Amino acid sequence: MTARDELPVKDSKTRTQSGYIGKSEPRANAKRLLQGRGSFIDDLRFPRLAHVAFLRSPHAHAKIKSMDFSKARAAPGVIGVFDGRAVAEYCSPWIGVLGHLKGIKSPPQYPLAIERACWQGEAVAAVVAETRAQAEDAVELVAAEWDPLPAVIDMHESLSGKVVIHPEFEDNICFSRQIDNGEVDAAFKNADVVVEESYSFGRHTGVCLEGRAILADYNAGEHMLTVHHATQAPHMMQDIFSKHLNLPEANVRVICRDIGGAYGIKVHVYPDEMCTAALSIMLRRPVKFVADRLESFLSDIHAREHKVTVRLAATKDGEILAFDLDDLTAIGPYSVYPRTSGIEGNQVVNLTGGPYKHKHYRASLNVVFTNKNVTCQYRAVGHPIAVALTEGIVDLAAQKLGMDPAEFRRRNMIPDDAYPYTGAAGMKYEVLTHHQCLDKLLSLMDYKGLRAEQAELRKKGVYRGIGLAAMIEVTNPSPAFYGVGGARISAQDGATLRLEPTGMLTVLSSVTEQGQGTEGIFAQIAATVVGVTMDKVKVITGDTSTTPYGGGTWASRGAGIGGEAVLQAGKALRSNILDIAAAILNVDKADLDIFSNEVIDLASGESKLPLAELGRVAYFRPDTLPMKFQSELMVTRHYTPREYGFTFTNGIQASLVEVDVETGFVKLLKHWCVEDCGTVINPLLVDEQIRGGVVQGIGAALFEECHYSEDGQLQNATMADYLVPMSGEMPDIVCGHVESKTRTSELGAKGVGEAGTAGAPGAVMNAINDALSSLGARVTTMPFTPERVLDALGKK
Amino acid sequence: MDHSLPLTLTVNGTRVTSRVEPRTHLIDFLRDTAGLTGSHIGCEHGVCGACTVRVDGLIVRGCLTLAVQCEGKTVDTIEGLSDSGELAELQQAFHERNALQCGYCTPGMLVAALDLVKSEPDASRERIREHLSGNYCRCTGYQAIVDAIETVLAMRRTTAKAAGARP
Amino acid sequence: MKAPAFAYAKPRSLAEVCALLDERGETARVLAGGQSLVPMLNLRVAAADLLVDISGIESLRGVSVTADRLCVGALTSHREVEQSAEVARHAPLLAQAAPHIAHVAIRNSGTFGGSIALADPAAEWPACCLALDATILTISKAGKRSIPARAFFKGLFSTDLRPGELITGVEIPLTPGHRSVFLELSRRRGDYAIVGVAAMAKVQGGTLQDVRLAFLGGGDRPLLAVHAMKAAEGKPPLADLGPALAADLSPMADLDTSARTKLHLANVLARRALAALAG
Repeated sequence: MTARDELPVKDSKTRTQSGYIGKSEPRANAKRLLQGRGSFIDDLRFPRLAHVAFLRSPHAHAKIKSMDFSKARAAPGVIGVFDGRAVAEYCSPWIGVLGHLKGIKSPPQYPLAIERACWQGEAVAAVVAETRAQAEDAVELVAAEWDPLPAVIDMHESLSGKVVIHPEFEDNICFSRQIDNGEVDAAFKNADVVVEESYSFGRHTGVCLEGRAILADYNAGEHMLTVHHATQAPHMMQDIFSKHLNLPEANVRVICRDIGGAYGIKVHVYPDEMCTAALSIMLRRPVKFVADRLESFLSDIHAREHKVTVRLAATKDGEILAFDLDDLTAIGPYSVYPRTSGIEGNQVVNLTGGPYKHKHYRASLNVVFTNKNVTCQYRAVGHPIAVALTEGIVDLAAQKLGMDPAEFRRRNMIPDDAYPYTGAAGMKYEVLTHHQCLDKLLSLMDYKGLRAEQAELRKKGVYRGIGLAAMIEVTNPSPAFYGVGGARISAQDGATLRLEPTGMLTVLSSVTEQGQGTEGIFAQIAATVVGVTMDKVKVITGDTSTTPYGGGTWASRGAGIGGEAVLQAGKALRSNILDIAAAILNVDKADLDIFSNEVIDLASGESKLPLAELGRVAYFRPDTLPMKFQSELMVTRHYTPREYGFTFTNGIQASLVEVDVETGFVKLLKHWCVEDCGTVINPLLVDEQIRGGVVQGIGAALFEECHYSEDGQLQNATMADYLVPMSGEMPDIVCGHVESKTRTSELGAKGVGEAGTAGAPGAVMNAINDALSSLGARVTTMPFTPERVLDALGKK
Repeated sequence: MDHSLPLTLTVNGTRVTSRVEPRTHLIDFLRDTAGLTGSHIGCEHGVCGACTVRVDGLIVRGCLTLAVQCEGKTVDTIEGLSDSGELAELQQAFHERNALQCGYCTPGMLVAALDLVKSEPDASRERIREHLSGNYCRCTGYQAIVDAIETVLAMRRTTAKAAGARP
Repeated sequence: MKAPAFAYAKPRSLAEVCALLDERGETARVLAGGQSLVPMLNLRVAAADLLVDISGIESLRGVSVTADRLCVGALTSHREVEQSAEVARHAPLLAQAAPHIAHVAIRNSGTFGGSIALADPAAEWPACCLALDATILTISKAGKRSIPARAFFKGLFSTDLRPGELITGVEIPLTPGHRSVFLELSRRRGDYAIVGVAAMAKVQGGTLQDVRLAFLGGGDRPLLAVHAMKAAEGKPPLADLGPALAADLSPMADLDTSARTKLHLANVLARRALAALAG
């Protein structure tokens, strides 16, 4: 039985069985985007709109000696020029720490740096003008004098603490953590085989096609700040604007219309965005900031940049006994507010070795400050690192044992009937399906056939490689992720469903849409549960003044948490509708059902009352209903996961590559991903979401890296130099699903947004190393540029 | 100093006249002066393709074209190509195949795709990928986009064949 | 990322262009297709007081053939070169190289003459001009000049062009007996190449005659690999031109690729190009 068959909405007493859940319904909200008639922040037109541009530090670390604004202030179109002190009077500083990350520290951060800039690109002055071009012209006229300070760029140098970045601290360690479960030393001592390898992960960034964008509109008459914001978490931002700009919560409204990509980049508090909101209050007019591409590279959060050494102990029969790892990661000069920059490293040590049933696990993590741009949570946070180093070392062990990598994994994966299960790292898994996913993957890709083809081609001098990467993923986080640490980030989401007089259904959700199809799947759930057709449903998201309160979209939580809220609200609304129908028809509610926009007789299926008629009566002729009866056609329900800290999911990916061993070029031939996200609400959306994630993971493996010079200058801050994956190099990606629903919700959906990104880098790395294995070469430093491949081969 | 010049061009079939600073690129002009916000700014250095529009029938990068260079020319944007129906097949195929997520790249992607569909009716999957290789999409895995264009090409070939087969 | 302010002029005649360039000196810049100049302006890494748009000079546009040469007008777009039947017939090397230049939307606007004038060491056309032994035609208020391509490229983004001088076209001698091959390695389609080679030769009985190997990405300018050409001359395709190429090329490291790796890749490409010429 699949998860879909188990859905409560398929209760045998109802007739909405077929429903829309599990169907590949194209999403209605895509149509305006296809005509270029979306509404992104930069598309909005406001009277008296002012534009801001920022002077950003040219140094990685420097004291601001002086800034002379006189020429800038006199430039055409300039409305005002402000430094950090001026803006700080309207916006209080923040500190990016969380209580449950014990010992994490970070200094206060201001909208504009006040005395000292700590990375190249940190904003130090704001110029507001009638047009963006005029603002940029005037930025060039600010005369700034700098006193450069020693910059800490290398993470090992930072750890050594010879130069300490923040004078209020004794060292550069933002956060550290140790895990030591079981008997790790004994396991390594008793092992037949021990393998060890170091992996290096490049620093990269999200490169949303739409730059970060905010249009803050302060109305002095109402003392009201309306913020049109490209953010994934409008209620979180409402709280933050309220707190730091000192406005009553009710006087802040955050509106998110169309958002041009987010991937975690747009869920953080950015100094330049806080500054823009403050400027609107200071100038009493709307002010807009859209990060241009240069600013995006310099100030959108970066991510990754880890160096990890990992060891694995195994028996000669191929049983993994233990993992032991040491992760060092550098996060820039500040821990980002309010989620902190400790989470990615924390995820690495939580997730490494995740698919396997070893009993002994040790991990050490150091998160250090550097004078580069800040890093924080970007799609799949920590997973790509944990998966790649786990799967890299697992492959190396299999190679040393002379075992097929698929078979080695099969022997060590947690059995599918072992759940609930607590892994060696301490994570609790409700229900996972590693073995089913592995079987499905191997058959989907014809693993044996590919191996045979690989051997044949090798004889002809063609170097193909097949790489596997099993994974676990954190989805549907409970308050354990942020709330328990003191962050005012909702782990709950809400949905309001309203039946309109014409029988239309309006859904309001606190989850936001950045293209994942949230609105589409909510329409599917609502239509299915209430019993209407899809064309009757309209979904509204992204407005703190109209939607229920909630967390928004991040950590693969929209479908699982927001979707369950829609389902529960739908059930309640359905019940209310049937109450009204029973009153109108004067029959027993239990004998009625709703199907295809009509109330029907449950037994015969005969149509009794169209919902449009029911709506008409309920709203316009309640006088015809029994005297004490009040109809309730609007219902709100909330949902938050409680039983598990996270709803873990699992999956496995495979990559097929061909390496040109003369040039070091890697050609991606094909990619597979089998994933278990529980209930698949819309296969069309899920599959392309996975593929998009895979492509971002491929970017990490082959292309993307923020290059910093020794003095902390970002050297490839353009799209010509920072290489993102384009269509020409990407392979076709085959998706498969296993559906084990989570029993923590009736919907049964787990998250899926990060699956592709989590596993792809490891799969590609293993495929390259498989191709190179007969040549005795291995690559472990991402991205795998032609030069790095050639280096491994000893050519040049 | 004011360097602005008078400019007249035809946008989506309508004559537009305005004064414009020479430094204003075509996309800023279309968005801010003509009010056509469907063409998006992604990088402003010619790499991402989000601003792809048609000038005198040829696709160009709007951010690498100065508005003043378009004096007397004919510009077609996503809005006009939508209303004329020229993009209808591609839009439908993109919708059915979910060949977009956030939709920010989509106008440029569609204009580039239309160029291929019109100029290369027999384009292979490989050629589709090549033709789109200058249009960045961070959301999809490109596969849905390639699939959608492949579908339109196949559909058009079938239609052409049927038309050719008629007596 | 808005360009700094500048003035704009669109002269109607070559004489007018020359007069303007002469009068305004280095504060004026020629705007042809703008595919390199406009991004540099947007990024504020270039500035100009005046852009002189030459796109109105129709005589600079198009491909023509005479008895012994092909002439590509400076304003001919990359796409026009790519699609020209004359080019495919008389200078197939250019047709082979064209699809490697960026993407269609850029090839529609970018011009042949613009690329030569910019002299990006990783660009395709300059290397092709070396292999084809082309001649660059220029005009200025002082008069016309014909400069052999092999003497035109002087260094990083540096040419023999004098202040106030404009490229009007490129003349390519016809070489009907030659085969040509264009190969380049770029990490993504349309990116500037890490290294590339424009190769030509006549093939006689399995040996290569009049071998020409011109590299892009092999140094601070497009480079004719004279030692490698000499080594390959009159022989069947060689497997290793490494030592000769080390004397010919001095690649500049980029963020991902060292000079040494580029030299190695140039050798791989040279071998592949020679084999393809002979094949």
